[in-house]
Amino acid sequence: MTAVAGHSDVTRVGDAAHEIARTHDPRDVTDYIGACFDAGLSWVHFPEGLGGLGVSRGLQAVADSILQAAGAPDARIRNLIGYGMAAPTVCEHAQTDELKHAWLRPLATGEEVWCQLFSEPGAGSDLAGLATSAVRDGDDWVVNGQKVWTTLAHRARWALLLARTDPDAPKHKGLTYFVVDMHAPGVSTRPLRQMTGHAEFNEVYLDGVRIPDRHRLGAVGAGWRVAMTTLMNERTSIGASGSRRGEGTIADAVALWAQRPDRHSPVLRDRLAQLWLRSEVQRLTAERAHATATAEGPGPEGSIGKLVGAELNQQIYEFCMDLLGPEGTLYGDYTMREIGPESVNSGESIQQSFLRSRANTIEGGTSEVLRNVLGERMLGLPGDVRTDSGPWREVPRG
Amino acid sequence: MADQTAIRPSVDPHGADPHGADPDTPTAGGTIETPPGAEPFTFTPEHRELRAAVRRFCADTSDEATVRRLMESTPAFDPQTWSRLGRELGVLGLGVPEDLGGSGGGLVDAAIVAEEFGAALFCGPVIGTVALAIPALAAAGDSAARTETLTPLLAGDRTAAFAVRERAGRFDPGSVTVRASGSGGDHLTGIVTQVVDAGVADDLLVAASVPGGVALYVVDATATGVERTALATLDQTRPQATIRFREAPGRLLAGPDDTPRVVQRALDSGAVLLAAEQVGGAQHLLDVSVTYAKERLQFGRPIGSFQAVKHRLADMLVEVEHARSAAYYAAWAVQDGIDDPTLAASIAQATCSPAFTGAAAGAVQVHGGIGFTWEHPAHLYFKRAFTDAVLLGSAEEHRDAIATAVLADAPIEHEVMVAAG
Repeated sequence: MTAVAGHSDVTRVGDAAHEIARTHDPRDVTDYIGACFDAGLSWVHFPEGLGGLGVSRGLQAVADSILQAAGAPDARIRNLIGYGMAAPTVCEHAQTDELKHAWLRPLATGEEVWCQLFSEPGAGSDLAGLATSAVRDGDDWVVNGQKVWTTLAHRARWALLLARTDPDAPKHKGLTYFVVDMHAPGVSTRPLRQMTGHAEFNEVYLDGVRIPDRHRLGAVGAGWRVAMTTLMNERTSIGASGSRRGEGTIADAVALWAQRPDRHSPVLRDRLAQLWLRSEVQRLTAERAHATATAEGPGPEGSIGKLVGAELNQQIYEFCMDLLGPEGTLYGDYTMREIGPESVNSGESIQQSFLRSRANTIEGGTSEVLRNVLGERMLGLPGDVRTDSGPWREVPRG
Repeated sequence: MADQTAIRPSVDPHGADPHGADPDTPTAGGTIETPPGAEPFTFTPEHRELRAAVRRFCADTSDEATVRRLMESTPAFDPQTWSRLGRELGVLGLGVPEDLGGSGGGLVDAAIVAEEFGAALFCGPVIGTVALAIPALAAAGDSAARTETLTPLLAGDRTAAFAVRERAGRFDPGSVTVRASGSGGDHLTGIVTQVVDAGVADDLLVAASVPGGVALYVVDATATGVERTALATLDQTRPQATIRFREAPGRLLAGPDDTPRVVQRALDSGAVLLAAEQVGGAQHLLDVSVTYAKERLQFGRPIGSFQAVKHRLADMLVEVEHARSAAYYAAWAVQDGIDDPTLAASIAQATCSPAFTGAAAGAVQVHGGIGFTWEHPAHLYFKRAFTDAVLLGSAEEHRDAIATAVLADAPIEHEVMVAAG
């Protein structure tokens, strides 16, 4: 992109954002966000007419800062999976522009929430080993199976589904990607209660659910490649970090330290210093990754953030529990209730955050898998001996 | 043959910050407060050229056989090679202003050199001369003693050691063991133990008690009243000596008002360069361990295919990347003043020391039996790692200092909720 073209794109995005800010009332949330979609400001790098302007992704920040300053409602928080994962996948792989538009606009406004039907009781880290089947029947596919760890399934209108269409192919080759209507007959959703007492996730049962073939994303058997679009965008959204020194989880530990002077000891002080140090250096590493990614392409420093952050979160809340002593053995309220992703990070109490942090080293890639990724992709170490390269049907499961 | 071209960073002829941003390049955020070029982690093509040139120089002058020969020699380095660093490459004066005879550039440039030295286990008075004495002299006020000491150090004609005790990388007047006396107050008496690079140094920078505080002197190591005892060291590539001063003649570099600042500047710079050396050593150990894990076959497979080995190496990668972030952030902090330099240096030291010792322990373990032999170079790095870890403050001491700095003023407005049952 030439400097001149880049400059005109900046102007274009800026002008569009200022126009919305001037002509729309942020209190009418759906209208406001819908106008943003129509003006191409939902995902500026998407094509025109599909919520974008076909400009560089980096210019999203230009639109966002203008809209935020004008008091615009936060569209993404209403549909996190929709914005971060569904939209890029639908935009790239849906079969027609009509479908893309029909899905993307209500996704953008939050009128239709999206969720993701990937993990299964028998397919966690080994996602490509999943067993939910989709069998062709005329113009439809008939789906049977069980999905789990589905955020927002109870609120969702649409879901991204990865299902097995060829059990005789090797596991990565027999998958196909669909969009499922969560209101279709045969879809049932049950809250999945977790150790905090809350239900942040759901189990979803698919019992003879019919999906029209035009709701297939990508070719039959190409589901794994399409899923990579979704998962790459998940990594990008999890990996983003821009906090300042002392912010984030470590702020809880430092504040609790200040609140409980009677519990101070030299041993706990050094543990807190270690946690503060690691938080700070993780922050610096994210900053370095950001500075060098633009110049030299992404390096290993960008891949370690999730692994470090997850383990650090756990260690920080373990420290908090040790600092609290007997007080930490009390709890607030185990009454079962369903919560959305917007309230996950605003823990009700240290004790609840402590329990929630156990999921950090499991969700979004277990620490064990991430260490394999670092070892194999970053260091080039050989993979483990495989016992699952034959037809999926013959791979031991359980 | 090493590149004969002197390595010069991109120095602004007007003496402005040599890493100043191109005025035509817009900077992120457009903040006015940040000085140009002060964005950390913005490595330039000149930085990469410097690194490549020093790496070539080390490949020629610091191969394993040379390191093993030099570490059993006295002096434990090659004075001719050292002189080339000053006269040919100009890397001894990186971060020293050109009007003092330095090469310009900044501490980031010096850190890149230190990292490459660390990777190659380069034998020479890096700590005494480059990391501590030269920054102290550059920070000291103008005097004949300063100029006459600094110039031959920058040229690589003479070397120096820094006989100043510190605590957690901080100037500590209470630990000074030398006092100045005599009519002019310039005769030094006292003992300083375990001074790195002091055994064969030409000049000794010494902190001594004077009326009103502590002053910094330079003493010619061959002068009457200076007695040095070389010590056998765990790391043979990094010699130490104990120095006994008896009415030794000193030349004043900084008086009691100025010495705390000058010494702290040297300690901050030294901690950064030591951290960079640790990064270089740790990265080298990770590299050779990964290579070995790919090649070594047991149970019919490369040992790197076993998760127990793979995950240990992945953890080493995390620690090395963290160490690099901390070391270079501190380099930019000390160079450009974008953060409290002493805190940033403590963060670097508290991170890089365990990263290097952990990498060294991991390297020996991954190499198995061969890694424990004298023949294999792993032990050379292992000994360097555990020696570096206590130089200029241990990780524990630095964490203690960090805790003092950051835990005292916790934000009161951030109220955390504790469930009360």
